[in-house]
Amino acid sequence: MTNVITILLVEDNPDHAFLAKESIKKAKLNNNVIVVEDGQEALDYLYRIGKFGDTNEYPLPDLILLDIKLPKKDGIEVLTDIKSNDDLKDIPVVMLTSSTRDEDIMQSYHNGANSYLTKPVSFTEFTEKMRDLQHYWCITNTMPPKKNNV
Amino acid sequence: MNLINSLTILLVEDNPDHVYLTLEGFKRSGLSNEVKVVVDGQQALDYLFRIGKYSDDKEFPLPDLILLDIKLPKKDGIEVLKAIKEEDRLKNIPVIMLTTSRDEAEVVKSYNYGANSFISKPVEFSDFMKAIHDLHLYWCVTNTLPQV
Repeated sequence: MTNVITILLVEDNPDHAFLAKESIKKAKLNNNVIVVEDGQEALDYLYRIGKFGDTNEYPLPDLILLDIKLPKKDGIEVLTDIKSNDDLKDIPVVMLTSSTRDEDIMQSYHNGANSYLTKPVSFTEFTEKMRDLQHYWCITNTMPPKKNNV
Repeated sequence: MNLINSLTILLVEDNPDHVYLTLEGFKRSGLSNEVKVVVDGQQALDYLFRIGKYSDDKEFPLPDLILLDIKLPKKDGIEVLKAIKEEDRLKNIPVIMLTTSRDEAEVVKSYNYGANSFISKPVEFSDFMKAIHDLHLYWCVTNTLPQV
């Protein structure tokens, strides 16, 4: 694949963000990862508020990895916002969370999450899961066409 | 959470060769899920809305995952997708569009109406098998499915 895929990772835990970035680098899929640390920053990014107005530096993502427990606005709120916005709703959103609560799972799917992944505790399993996730979404799955950054 | 071997997959596909290949691909990925096949869009809705013989929910349990072709007789896949995602009882079930079309408009429409994923069926036999294998493992093992 020649096109660079931009992945927006919304994650407040620096260890998890580091692991995810490392696994994405390792997968050698020419993916570019941008990390934001809370729900409000995720929305600012997607709505191009403040510094995120620079679309070269902060292009609209092709894939969003969204934690649930986040400061300021939680992942379900961010998800609901994305999926009720006509300009953003076709971007695949994968929930990536430590929560195995049925209620979080149901609420995520109900509000339009494309997929729900639980974070394994072990480093190796986490890395493997990140690899499988990228392989599926970037190779097996067909992404919606890139948007012109408006 | 679902036990891996108790999953039901609804495959909506009118092309018998693709049905055969998909079932074969599932078998090869080594997960023992039950696959129910319906051959047009109306039958898919009858199944999901439990109409006629499909009211027997022992024989026809609600699926944990739906694989939906786009070009289908009677009602096309996009119409079926819309009906699923507008129905509170069904909208949580992941729907994967599975089509030979390379039409970008269909990809966009599918995601806009809430498809969870979109897979272009490869033409080559071995690539087709690989895609089915990968999708099966991703959705049934890597991903956490909602309880139906």
